[in-house]
Parts: sequence; structure tokens; C-alpha cells
Amino acid sequence: MAKKTIDTPLLDQLESGPGPSFVTNLKRLAKDSDYMADPVSQLETSSQHRKGYWKGGTVGVFGYGGGIIPRFTELKDENHQPLFPEAAEFHTLRIQPPAGMHYTSDLLRKICDAWVDNGGSGLLGFHGQSGDLMLQGCKTEDVQRAFDAFNEMGFDLGGAGPALRTSMSCVGAARCEHSNFDEAKALRYVINNNIDDMHRPALPYKFKFKFSGCPNDCVNAIQRSDFATIGTWRDNIRVNEEQVRDYYKAHGMNDLVNDVISKCPTKAITLVPSDKFQASEHVYAANLGDGNTLCIDNKNCVRCMHCLNVIPGGLRTGLDKGVTILIGGKSVLKIGATMGTVVVPFMKLESDEDFERLNELARNAIDFFAENALEHERTGEMIERIGIANFLEGMDLPVDPNMISEPRANPYFRSDDWDEQVEKWNEYKQSTAA
Amino acid sequence: MAELRPPIESGAPDPMPYMHPVMVKNYGKWAFHSHPKPGVLYHRAESGDEVWTVKAGTARQLDHYTVRELADIADKYADGFVRFTIRSNIEYMGTEESKVEPLIKALNDKGYPIGGTANSVSMIAHTQGFLHCDIPGSDASGAAKAVMDELHHEFINCEMPNRVKLSTSCCEINCGGQADIAIIMQHTKPPKINHDLVANVCERPSVVARCPVAAIRPALVNGKPSLEVDEKKCICCGACYPPCPPMQINDPEHSKFAIWVGGKNSNARSKPTFHKLVASGLPNNLPRLPEVAEVVKKILYTYKADGKPWERMNDWIERIGWPAFFEKTGLPFTKDHIDNWRGSRVNLNASTHIRF
Repeated sequence: MAKKTIDTPLLDQLESGPGPSFVTNLKRLAKDSDYMADPVSQLETSSQHRKGYWKGGTVGVFGYGGGIIPRFTELKDENHQPLFPEAAEFHTLRIQPPAGMHYTSDLLRKICDAWVDNGGSGLLGFHGQSGDLMLQGCKTEDVQRAFDAFNEMGFDLGGAGPALRTSMSCVGAARCEHSNFDEAKALRYVINNNIDDMHRPALPYKFKFKFSGCPNDCVNAIQRSDFATIGTWRDNIRVNEEQVRDYYKAHGMNDLVNDVISKCPTKAITLVPSDKFQASEHVYAANLGDGNTLCIDNKNCVRCMHCLNVIPGGLRTGLDKGVTILIGGKSVLKIGATMGTVVVPFMKLESDEDFERLNELARNAIDFFAENALEHERTGEMIERIGIANFLEGMDLPVDPNMISEPRANPYFRSDDWDEQVEKWNEYKQSTAA
Repeated sequence: MAELRPPIESGAPDPMPYMHPVMVKNYGKWAFHSHPKPGVLYHRAESGDEVWTVKAGTARQLDHYTVRELADIADKYADGFVRFTIRSNIEYMGTEESKVEPLIKALNDKGYPIGGTANSVSMIAHTQGFLHCDIPGSDASGAAKAVMDELHHEFINCEMPNRVKLSTSCCEINCGGQADIAIIMQHTKPPKINHDLVANVCERPSVVARCPVAAIRPALVNGKPSLEVDEKKCICCGACYPPCPPMQINDPEHSKFAIWVGGKNSNARSKPTFHKLVASGLPNNLPRLPEVAEVVKKILYTYKADGKPWERMNDWIERIGWPAFFEKTGLPFTKDHIDNWRGSRVNLNASTHIRF
């Protein structure tokens, strides 16, 4: 019989109600584990006092400088001894999951076995906000053997501190028709080729990559990563006329107009009488069979995904697929949240050379960050401070009007190199036309 | 001492060995999806192969018994392959439609709700909170559980104009992230400084550098090197607390919750948006945060009644305008809603565009 927790009147209230309860999960562990009983008592105390009682520290595994989140209780008695002794050390191991967070039932059981057989508390978090599988609750003396067990199974520690962080990719090519590149391969190519920066934190602050297969951006790359790789395509939306007609039959004209045509952000979709419709290189269409034809002006399509979301299968991504790279997304600290902005409007991501080019860009972005950011400054903040033009120059990336919402509206710039800049533009135009 | 084992720096594992064979076979070759019912997705590949997905909510913080139970369900009622979403839902993939209903029943019987797809309210993305964070102002898992219980019907049904993503965070760093509705701790008082500890615990110049409004300066207090805060300038953001724990920002009474709406990371229709402040000053009333839940429901059900199909929260507000948002939800509009941070002029109404 394990030791009892203190009475938990507040936590108990979270065991009722229709949703799954983490309290029930914690108590199931605490029932026969001293090691979990005390953290539950601490959690109840925190709820009662509305105060956190963990402090950080330094705990690691041999050869690595990060990946463990150390936690020591601060809830002490009058003699400065832990009030709940088993909560004295309760560290988290961040483990990188398989890209796309795929697991077999067998793997899940092996994870459980490895965790509880090597000193772990038995508590797991699927997953943290950066995408780590979190093994929560491990004493300092057990951290190394717990890591060894997972490392032998093919898992590696994730990132923590001023380092490259664990990445995420959407389900993508594994199960989604909107996928525009191999998200899992891109994640593994970039992360695993730069893994030294994850395991040996030496950057000014954290650096995150995220990979979304299309502009729906299901892993929130644009807001949550310093370097967002988001799938897109250059050619026309593919139209499957039969499936567009299926949608039309099921939904009717009102839905087609209100939900599809009028919600196109650039008014690139129109309805024309079928006998007036003229096909052209960039205009694709679906004859609805009632005298109307749905026309898509692909030159004016911004690949927002809305119409593809509404008519899945009927409207699909093009075949000339690739990615847009956006840099500088981050959360609040210190200047306020920043969105990633375009630095590469389009690049192919199919051949080995393409993946190598992506990795070179990634490496350059990390190196530029390492050399130019101030301590505790994210890439978005660094760019805010130095200006995107300097960042692009440092990264050797050509300027492109797709990088802006609109040109400057003030005259505060030095223009004595205007002719030189025009020459660069001409060269860039020639290189992209080739 | 035993010889230490050098790590194998293998990085992110290859997902292929853990992926359903039909998904491996049709990798990158999917053609169509539909949404047969809440919590169920159907995908068809160009080859004609089909996959049914059943999505269930979890508590995110799982004990190993629960993980084994989820694994057993995968073996007994599906093909043994699962994945997790970024909102900690579990997805079971299988190739036989006939297995869908028994799988749903097995999950429901064990207390896992089925839903979170399409125009439903998905699980709240949340942070560690009191369970494992070193700087939390509240219990994140508890907030997520309490609020999701109130919104259970909206998780298992698809009755919203479009998908709704929620998040909760226990400090202003906002690890929970941007969302249609975000519940975020908002401190209201400057840090309480334990001057005896600052010199030993904090690297003072870097603490000074963390402050977004330059309100912190080095000072000698009681003869000891410490830091002092210009409380008139302080915006109570708590940025100084992580690098300097003696600058306690969390306050059981004065740390409140704020509600933000209209964050969207998808590019669909409008460009991605950040969430905006709509309410603050809500008490940290654990464990069930009734005041927070009430405001969340007020916003959610106003959107549900007034939003048009496919409008996300931000699309709806963009269409009706912010004055109508405050009128329809009954939430008070205050000077604190008016942005006065850098670049805020672009958020003012520089026009006579006014709805009467």
C-alpha cells in the first residue's frame, strides 16, 4: 500500500464531468506509487494556495547539455525540508516523437515499459506545445538510465533552453490530399542535420522549425516557429468537374455563392454562363451542368485553401508543388507576438538537391541568428531590430515583392544606391525567368 | 563509477515503421476526404484505398495504464495504428468502415469523447501549469478540463460556423498559443521583490534587459545589490520572473485571467491573425474557473448564433465589426482594449467607416 496523498478537495472536483480527467490519471498512478502521491499532494497545495512550487535547476544526461527539464520542489517545512519528500525531484525528459506523431500500439506499450522500468513515474504527456513526448517525473539518479532505455529504442532527447527545439510536422502526405511536400522527410532532414544545436544549447535563445504541408498550416508554423516551411503550388488548382458537380448537387446555388465564391479573398472565383466561358492557360473551370460554369482565375489565386477546404476532391492543389519559407514567428516576449514573414516565396522540395538547399537555408538562418541576435532575442525580434533588408542581405536572399503587404509610405531611406538595386532586381528577374 | 554511455544522436525518428501500411503505401497520393460524422474522417487515395479515422479527446497528461488501454483499443477495435494531434487528441486509423462504430463505442465506454473534427470545438491546447512549470499562475490542465467539460457538447457535435480552436496559458508568455479563444493569465500587480535573494540568484543586467518597458534598474537595497521596479512604468507582464525568481509576479489574489479572441494560423480566406484582448480581470477561481467559463461560453454562443458557415471567429468579427462584437456579447469595452504598444496606430480607425 503506497503512501496516501493529502486530502484533495479541489482536484477531486476535476474528476467529475464528461471529459477525460488528468486528475483521475494522476490518482491512478498515486494509488500504488509513493513517487506520484507526493506530486499530487503538491498539485493540490498549489491549487489551494494558487501558487506554483517547482523550481528549475541543472540536470542532464552524459554528452548532452539540454533536453531535461529539472524540477525540484520548493514546498518546504520550517526546517527547509521538502513538505512532500517524494516531490523533491520530479524532472521531465523531452523525447522527440516520430515525425507526424505516429505510434503503433506495440510502440506505445514499449514506451510505457521503458518508462516505468527505468525509474519513471509512469506519467506521460502526449505532447508538449513544441511537440515533445514528455516523460514526466524522474529523479536525478534515474534520468540517465531512463534516457538510455529510450535512446536504445531509437528515440532521442528534444530541445530545451537556448537551442534548436523539437519540431512538428502535420499529418500531411501520410493522410491528406492537400500535402505539397514530404513534411516528415523535411522535418527529419533539417532537424537531424542540425541536431548538434539541439543537444548543446549555444544559441542566443530558442530556434524553432515547423513544417505544414499546405497553407491551412495545421501545426501553426507561421505563428509558432522561427523558420516556417509551408507547402504551396505554382500552377493551377486541379478541378475534378464531377466532384464539383457532386458538391453543387448536394449544396445548391446559395451555398456555392455564399460559401465558396464570395469567400474567395481575391475574388478569383466567378460564375459565368457556360456559353460565354473561354478557357485559357490560367483559367480553370467546372461546368456545373445547369448553364453555369465555375471559373478560377489562378493568376489571382493566393492559395489560401478555402475553396479546396469546402470542395475536397473537387478542387485540389496543383501539381507544380513546393514550399514558401517564412521567418520570424514567435510568441509574446519581448516585443509582442510576431508572425513569420515571407523570405522565400517559392522553392521546389522534391529532389535531394532541393532538400539540401532547404537545409542550407536552415543552417544559414541558424548561423545568422547565432552571430547577430542579442541574448534572449528571438529571430523575429532580431529582424525587427536590424530590419528585414539587412537580414535578407545577410542570408544572401534576393528581395521580392511577395515579401511585403505594401511598399513603404514614408521617404525615410537612403537612395544613393538606387541604380545598383535596380540592377539587382533585373538580375533576379532574369534568374527566375530561366 | 561505471563508464558513461555516449548518446546516439538519432534525432527525430522515422515515422514509417509506425504508420498504417495503407498510409505508407499511399504516402503523398491522397485524393479526397469527407467527414461522415463528428469525430470521423474518411480519406481516399488515388489508388482507391480508403482510411477511416476516429478522433478521441484525451487528458494529455496520461498515466501508463491509460496509454496501455488506448493501445489495447487500437488492437482490438482498429488496426493497431494511432497518431496524436497537436491538441492532444488521439486518432485511430483503420481500413474497414465496419470497425468504426465498435471503435467509437469502445472509446466512449472508457470515457473518451469522440469529436474535435471540422466545425466543432477541439480540445484546448494547454500548458504545464502547477503540475510542472516553474513560473505558473494557475493550473493549466485543470483549466482545460474545467472549460472543456462546459463545452463537451460542442466537442462531440459539429454545430459551429467553422472550427474553433481554444488555448489556455498560465502566464503571459502564452505557451498555449494563439487561438480563436485564448484564456491567458494576466498579472495586475508589479513583482514583489525579495531583495535578500536577488544578488545571489539573478544575473542583474540580463533581468534589466528582459523588461519590455525598461522599468527595472539596479539598486542597492538594505546595503545589498538588488533590483528595483518603477511601478508606474511596470506593465506586470512577468518577463522578469523567469530569469529572477525572487521577483515574484504570481499573486493568488491579483493574478487574473484575460480572454482573447480571433487568433487564426490558417491562411484560409483572410491572412493569419493574432488574437485580440476582449476581457480581463477574471478571477483565478480554481478548480473550475466558473467566471472564465461563463465569458468563454458567452463569446462562443454569440459566434455560434451569429457567424455564417465557414466564418472563423476572426472572419465573423471582421464582418460585423468590433463595436458589434462588444454589443452582441455584452462585454464591456475599456481603455485597456485600445492598443498603446509599438506600431499600435495601425489599429486605430483612421476613417469614417462606422456602422450605426
